Amino acid sequence: MGCTMLRNDAQSYGVVTILFHWIIALIFIGQMLLGYLMVRTSDFALQFNLFQWHKSFGFMILALSGLRVLWRMANPRPRDPDGMGYLERLAAHVAHGLLYLALFLVPLTGWAIASSSPLQIPTYAFNLIVIPPLPLAISDQAEAFWTVSHAYLAYLSAFVATAHMLAALHHHFWKKDAVLLRMLGWYSTAHDRQHAEQLRSAPKDVQS
Amino acid sequence: MKNTRSLFALTARAAMALLFAIVPALANADTLSEVAGRYKIDSSSRIGFAVAQIGGGGITGNFKKFSGIFALNNGDITRSSIEFTLFPESVSTGQARIESFLRSDAVFDSQTFPTVTFKSTQITQTSSSTATIDGILTARGKSSPASFQASLSDHDKNAIVFHVEGKVMRSRYGMDVGTPIYSNVVQFDMTIHGERS
Repeated sequence: MGCTMLRNDAQSYGVVTILFHWIIALIFIGQMLLGYLMVRTSDFALQFNLFQWHKSFGFMILALSGLRVLWRMANPRPRDPDGMGYLERLAAHVAHGLLYLALFLVPLTGWAIASSSPLQIPTYAFNLIVIPPLPLAISDQAEAFWTVSHAYLAYLSAFVATAHMLAALHHHFWKKDAVLLRMLGWYSTAHDRQHAEQLRSAPKDVQS
Repeated sequence: MKNTRSLFALTARAAMALLFAIVPALANADTLSEVAGRYKIDSSSRIGFAVAQIGGGGITGNFKKFSGIFALNNGDITRSSIEFTLFPESVSTGQARIESFLRSDAVFDSQTFPTVTFKSTQITQTSSSTATIDGILTARGKSSPASFQASLSDHDKNAIVFHVEGKVMRSRYGMDVGTPIYSNVVQFDMTIHGERS
């Protein structure tokens, strides 16, 4: 179907939600790799530059996530596919809640590292915007605390994000519902699947 | 009688005023001949530097280890010269992580290039007690012109003190890491103590 909707409706995600989801997902994965590599390189100059990219993209995630939450509040949420049990729904919603939380907590703890470090390296996002430090205590101990917090929260959110991805694949390949497709914007296929699903989940006694 | 005394006092005062006006001019000529000679840069000198960062503040520090000699020519200041060497390994900023970054191959690469040298090519007097020193600065294997302003602070028979300032563009020496967060301009602020040799 050629129609492109901006806003969500009860069946599908609009283009804005879809873009928020995939752009943030892509930056998130990039940030995990960057964060992992930048603390393991022995090339100081490269390390400095990787840190600056990591900080810039971190602030990008924070800004995009702020807008994304506002957009989500102003839009309907497509309903869960039929055929999901109570625990399944609960797990999905808890995971989504945690991922939203991570989109704020992980960048904020990263910002706290830059702010509390005695090195006081300025944050100049994409060499365009100077971002002031958070008003935090400056010491090696404070920096170490925020570094550990940032790393654990990042690994934890990577774990939840992996579960989220596996769940999406499970929906697509096992349950054959429209969960993944509707986030990819394949409305027509999603629609067909939703239709088929409604037939499948129709009361058995009616079919027999 | 009273008039004569006040006239004398007036004359004496005028003579004193004239003397005070003339002496500094003479002192200049005297100074040059007085300070002429060869000097060794003493370890009590201070080689300070500052690199500004975006949003205010920056990195400040100094180099603990250096050496050098200079010669002040009596008749012709333009024939004076200076040679200076500093050891980047001795950089001090009060922050160990910044120091090891500066020593690393990201900045000075002090393993491969243990010295930074400056050799004057031209010294131009700019006032009775100031001069501009142009020369070649070599760091990290790259040579590029650099210029410093020197002003005479103090001197006696065997020693002389200059205050020397100058701005160096670090990109010219392959040390532009961290720009534009950290300025490309390194501001040197030095107190050079020379001991007559």
